[in-house]
Amino acid sequence: MDFELGNRQKQIRLAAREFAEGELAPIGKECEAKGEFPKDIIRKAAQLGFVGVFIKKDYGGLGLGSLEDAIIHEEFWRADPGLGQVFSQTTFGAKELVLFGTEEQKKKYLSPLVKGECVMGFSITEPEAGSDAAAVITRAEKVGEDYVINGNKVMISNGTEAKFLLVYCLTDPDQTQKSKRHSILLVETDRPGYKADKILGKMGLHASDTANIYFNNVKVPRENLVGVEGNGFLQLMKFLDHSRVAVAADALGLAQGAMEQAINYVKKRKQFGKTIASFQVTQFKIAEMATLVETARNLTYKAAWALDRGNPDTQVSAMAKWWASNVAVRIADEALQLHGGYGYLDDYPIERFYRAAKLLEIYEGTKEIQKDVISRRILGIS
Amino acid sequence: MDFDLSDEQKDIIKAAREFAEKEFPNLAQECDHEEKSPRSLWEKACKLGFVGVFIPEAYGGQGLGFLEHCLINEEFWRVDPGIAHFILAGTFGSEIILLFGTEEQKKKWVPPLVKGQAITGAAITEPDAGSDVSSVRTAAALEGNEYVMNGTKTFITGGTLADYLLVLCVTEPHAQSRHDRFSVIMVETDRKGFEATKLKHKLGLRASDTAEISFSDVRVPKENLIGPPGRGFQQFMVFFDHTRLHVAAEAVGLAQGAMEQAIQHVRKRQQFGKLLASFQVTQFKIAEMATRIEAGRNLYQKAAWLLDHGRVESHLISMAKWYTGETAVKVAEEALQLHGGYGFIGDYNIERFYRDSKIVEIYEGTKEIEKTIIARELLGKY
Repeated sequence: MDFELGNRQKQIRLAAREFAEGELAPIGKECEAKGEFPKDIIRKAAQLGFVGVFIKKDYGGLGLGSLEDAIIHEEFWRADPGLGQVFSQTTFGAKELVLFGTEEQKKKYLSPLVKGECVMGFSITEPEAGSDAAAVITRAEKVGEDYVINGNKVMISNGTEAKFLLVYCLTDPDQTQKSKRHSILLVETDRPGYKADKILGKMGLHASDTANIYFNNVKVPRENLVGVEGNGFLQLMKFLDHSRVAVAADALGLAQGAMEQAINYVKKRKQFGKTIASFQVTQFKIAEMATLVETARNLTYKAAWALDRGNPDTQVSAMAKWWASNVAVRIADEALQLHGGYGYLDDYPIERFYRAAKLLEIYEGTKEIQKDVISRRILGIS
Repeated sequence: MDFDLSDEQKDIIKAAREFAEKEFPNLAQECDHEEKSPRSLWEKACKLGFVGVFIPEAYGGQGLGFLEHCLINEEFWRVDPGIAHFILAGTFGSEIILLFGTEEQKKKWVPPLVKGQAITGAAITEPDAGSDVSSVRTAAALEGNEYVMNGTKTFITGGTLADYLLVLCVTEPHAQSRHDRFSVIMVETDRKGFEATKLKHKLGLRASDTAEISFSDVRVPKENLIGPPGRGFQQFMVFFDHTRLHVAAEAVGLAQGAMEQAIQHVRKRQQFGKLLASFQVTQFKIAEMATRIEAGRNLYQKAAWLLDHGRVESHLISMAKWYTGETAVKVAEEALQLHGGYGFIGDYNIERFYRDSKIVEIYEGTKEIEKTIIARELLGKY
């Protein structure tokens, strides 16, 4: 056993924190208000080596692990969840290519991501297929040497900004086993027939791009198949073991950031002739927050560590995901509460954290799905 | 980072589990009902090396860490908290001898505890001094080469069984700071004027002895003083940083045991024509229990690992203590609920676990005290 981060990991945290505090925090409010996609920030982060650290050196990455990636996620989200999310989305889906892509695909698509030249996404959700991914009906038919894709997907990260997307499609509707009907295709977004409508009116995370996307006879060559045809569902499940850890790290960072804001505030704010930190109820709230953050951190790091030793632990990934996101929502709420009326105004960043937090309990598998995953493994009943 | 236990640690867990599963179940109900402590089982556990593994080899122990001590606590408590507490509390207090005692004191009092020849305990609490340790009034006045002790202590683990007790008492009543008024004195229980009365009808942990003890002109030689005079309060604060850890492990063991009982029950019990386990609400309850237990286990293992590496992180230890205590109470409650009416009847073990659980939120620092410690660390002066 060893509960300490290595020196390299500590240095990565320090560097990520410095960048996040220096570059992200100061513009978080403005980016949220404008709702514009801050391309230059991604380029800057990429230049400093923060993007896709888990990608092998052969493809331009640093060849580090999920734990190092998680630490960067955590630090970025701690400083500003909105820009943290922009960062998280940049390589969203890259792990699927790492896990199942061909040598050629990795070379072609991963390198520009790491350089900050483009962003990608992974499109799964459809109007009638949310938690129930096996209900996806976006169709990819084989015609000659191509796949022809038709359908539409909703709530897709980077739908309007991505250079390419991984698309979860139905390739074998007649297959009796639901888990063998789908495949994952890589679609360049400049192909004819692809359309994206940016979604406005999200509750939080305004700087990050989310879109509804449409495929109208979009042709992609067979080489764009990622992994094996009919294996999409299984590949997606393996991907989720990884991506859920990244979301857990996002949640951890948000929770840590919200708690620190609360601590700073209660030490300054005076009521009834004393700082609100001197009230016992405040002290207990802070103690409970700190304990929850600690539990979320241990779970997240443990799940990441399991990934890095090549032994993904689906159960711990699911635990880390729902627990850390639940912690983020609870802490953001309590931290805002401690700010009183000021917390409700955008003079303080806490309202932004509060709005951002809720999504963590929803995407990448709702907390309900995580609990399904956990209990199925324990009870052996589905 | 490395979240894996070593092979040796895994072997310890296996051995402890085998011993507990073989020996405890037959006695658990009887010891609970009759409020009796199975002394021969304690002797056996000593012989097999489960008691006081953290004690250095020079004093008869195995020279392992507190982490290993915690692992044994967890496994024992998983099977029966009452018996586990009785067996493993036999060394409770030895930590303070090891930390602050002289070579002679260690040689004299520690080895018999490991060999199954003597039981010790720590006597701190008084009728009017619970969480507020510095309100202790039991007095020890120096007369020549002896201390003369007078006072009453309550809720003392092992009070009627112990061969010697470490007693927190006032030796410097006039010290300026109230924290400098105390000393720790070892009192052999066969000394004249010492009296112990067993406290009966505890809610739980009935296999374990708890007593009220009184000192009426009890004379002990000066050499029984542990550490310098006036440092008793501070010594006990350091002591708690060690002992709170095994309480956290106790809590995790109890929660694990309760959850396993619930799992067994819901996989057998049918209502509305199907297994309880097939209801989603049951599945979610199990998933939540398992996640909390995993989080609690990580917390205590991290704190214990740090302690064994010479780093006393008081706030982390307090986090582990209160969070696991709360987890034990919550999990025991939900596990009983899943048993329905049967859970309320003594046929199943769960009602005993439910009763046993509450104490872990109280002794060795209530959860309120733990949160006070954490808040002090995070908020500093305000």
